[in-house]
Amino acid sequence: MPTRTTEPAPAAVAPATRGPSARAQRTERAKNWARRAPLLPALVFLVVVTQLPFVATVVISFTRWNALAPDNRGFAALDNYRAVFTDPAMRASVGTTVLLTVTVVLVSLLLGLGLALLLDRGFRGRGIVRTLLITPFLIVPVASALLWKHALYNASYGLLNGSLTWIWRLFGSEHPPQPDWMTDSPLAAVEMSLIWQWTPFMMLILLAGLQSRASDAVEAARMDGASAFDIFRYLTLPHLRRYLELAALLGTVYVVQNFDAVFTITSGGLGTANLPYTIYQTVYQSHDYGRASAQGVVVVLCSLLVATFALRTVSSLLREEVTS
Amino acid sequence: MRARSPGPGRGGRSLGLTALAAALALTTAGCYRGAGEAGNDSRHTINVLMVNNPQMVDLQRLTAEHFTKETGIKVHFTVLPEDDLRDKMSQDFSSQAGQYDVASVSNYETPIYARNGWLSPLGERAAGDRTFDQGDILPPVRSSLTAADGKVYAEPFYGESSFLMYRKDLLKAAGLKMPARPTWHQVAALAAELDGSRKGLKGICLRGQPGWGQLAAPLTTVVNTFGGTWFDKDWRPQVDSPAFTEATRFYVDLVRRHGQAGAPQAGYTECLNDMQQGKVAMWYDATAGAGSLESGDSKVAGKVGYAPAPVERTREAGWLFTWAWGVQKASTHQDAAWRFVRWASGKGYERLVGRELGWSRVPGGKRASLYRNPEYTKEAGAFAGPTERAISSARPADPGVQPRPAPGIQFVGIPEFADLGTKVSTEISAAIAGKQSVPEALKKSRRLAQEVSDAYAHH
Repeated sequence: MPTRTTEPAPAAVAPATRGPSARAQRTERAKNWARRAPLLPALVFLVVVTQLPFVATVVISFTRWNALAPDNRGFAALDNYRAVFTDPAMRASVGTTVLLTVTVVLVSLLLGLGLALLLDRGFRGRGIVRTLLITPFLIVPVASALLWKHALYNASYGLLNGSLTWIWRLFGSEHPPQPDWMTDSPLAAVEMSLIWQWTPFMMLILLAGLQSRASDAVEAARMDGASAFDIFRYLTLPHLRRYLELAALLGTVYVVQNFDAVFTITSGGLGTANLPYTIYQTVYQSHDYGRASAQGVVVVLCSLLVATFALRTVSSLLREEVTS
Repeated sequence: MRARSPGPGRGGRSLGLTALAAALALTTAGCYRGAGEAGNDSRHTINVLMVNNPQMVDLQRLTAEHFTKETGIKVHFTVLPEDDLRDKMSQDFSSQAGQYDVASVSNYETPIYARNGWLSPLGERAAGDRTFDQGDILPPVRSSLTAADGKVYAEPFYGESSFLMYRKDLLKAAGLKMPARPTWHQVAALAAELDGSRKGLKGICLRGQPGWGQLAAPLTTVVNTFGGTWFDKDWRPQVDSPAFTEATRFYVDLVRRHGQAGAPQAGYTECLNDMQQGKVAMWYDATAGAGSLESGDSKVAGKVGYAPAPVERTREAGWLFTWAWGVQKASTHQDAAWRFVRWASGKGYERLVGRELGWSRVPGGKRASLYRNPEYTKEAGAFAGPTERAISSARPADPGVQPRPAPGIQFVGIPEFADLGTKVSTEISAAIAGKQSVPEALKKSRRLAQEVSDAYAHH
């Protein structure tokens, strides 16, 4: 599993006082520690639960360790890494992960934007509609994946094909099309269920952004005769830019790690195995801890690379806000 | 910024170390608490790790009131889904941590675990225990839990084989008859006739979902009876041999032409639903499926007939699977663990379930005596006989037409098979979806099988 490493922030910046006496310096230091000490448990906890396991993972990635062959353990040098880079399944799953993440994040961002714009207007029953729209995000991921697989997509008893049968029967036809959703477009089937689940998340962030927009600017623009589209294009969208980027970043972080939908809906078949699923297979099916750790390390390094660029965009945004 | 902040002084470092030590102490204390029960009654408490199947959940419910009351031994259960169970179990057993005294092991793990020295042999205890009656255990089940050294390492909780379930009413309506011992080509012909004989009806349900415990299981039994095998006795991979190819092509063609809708994602659950909803006329799968088809709330109860697993070149083709109890070698509660095993796998427990929960919920498929019990056969009459015959005729050591390097009917009894079977079945599932041809799928599989072969050729 990719562990996101965050650099522990220094507890407090000590004011650099050059006291005349050593005593004053000592009390100052004691004060600093008194201020910092309460943070130590959190820091230690962070190190114990994130950094130590990562170090252990790096160490394991250089060992030959298959749980089911305990006699054959030892130093493997770079064998595991060689296996990771030459494994066609691993390479394919990188592509799948990128495609899956980009599609899900973009589509749910667009849908979320549309819904947020609609919800930003006042109408009767807005609270209820908002709650209903958020619901998909609150459903346990594996439960939602099971629902999509059995209740909706299933080609013989799913709701989608059932509805087709019903509609066709309304028009007197006994031969409705019965597409096999998960077989014809397996990746799209996984993406659909994830989009359904992540749209509310995007919608929530964008709605918060919309509601923080100053209404006087919009009013002024309207007085000046700006059309609704102009207001959206030149006022709302620039204002939402930061929220859009934040939503995309957070969404990406979560969707990259998605496992439930792939595991449940297609069992990684038909080219839908993403990175988490592939690593899961290495751990749970091959019980090859060495190779799985190497896969994990490679994924963490890659996500660190990507995250560094992504985070830089966000922080540049923050700087922009300070200077403007 | 970093330069301006003062470096940690001596006091700070020792404080940090103290905190770290405290944190470590906490975590190790946590491990210890999980490992066993502290206090006086530790001799009388055992930890059991088991899979979350309904039969196990029943066991959990009955334990305190019956087993603990009789023996004074408390049982702590950890109940997990199959995949999580395998992971947890292999971790605990491979390190011989002794956290769990008893675990539910299948006949896939038992010989492997026994060879690694992770299990206590149970055969002698069982043989010396008159009331346990080891001779009553169905021979194929017993031999599937026997390791290469000839010792029995686990006692079964329930067992299953595979057979063909078919709708008697639909066959009759179509003027068809199921042979007493069908061949796969006869079944394919029946499937073709039944397909579409009613609106929306498909001929047969066969698993297509990737997974060594899903598609790979029924497919391997078909491969066996077509004369194929995963490996020959010298570990040479045979997945692209003519017999394996012919069997796979037959399976893929049958399910593509006359099989259920959504086949590449359909596993045991989906096929059970299809059968219960009347969407398919036949289903080749685990004997355990019959219990669900005949249960009170099933629409097809009483309409289903049972035929032995279809064959081609072998006399029998049914698989053999059993969940059994193994005792960890490092366990310090060997006696208490055995008392639990003899209770859970004993005749008395079968009667207890029959009395308390109903005979249809008895964990069957392991003892001959159950199938002579009139109360049980009355309730499970439709499938009791076929199930017992299927299990009794399974040959886990010699399921095909050629000698095998490792035991197993629907699997190859080596640790690597979970991975190999899953990856190969992913390729074959793609062939069922029509994304690639069977030879293409098997060509990719050959490379995967070669890796395993290389590892074993060294031994």
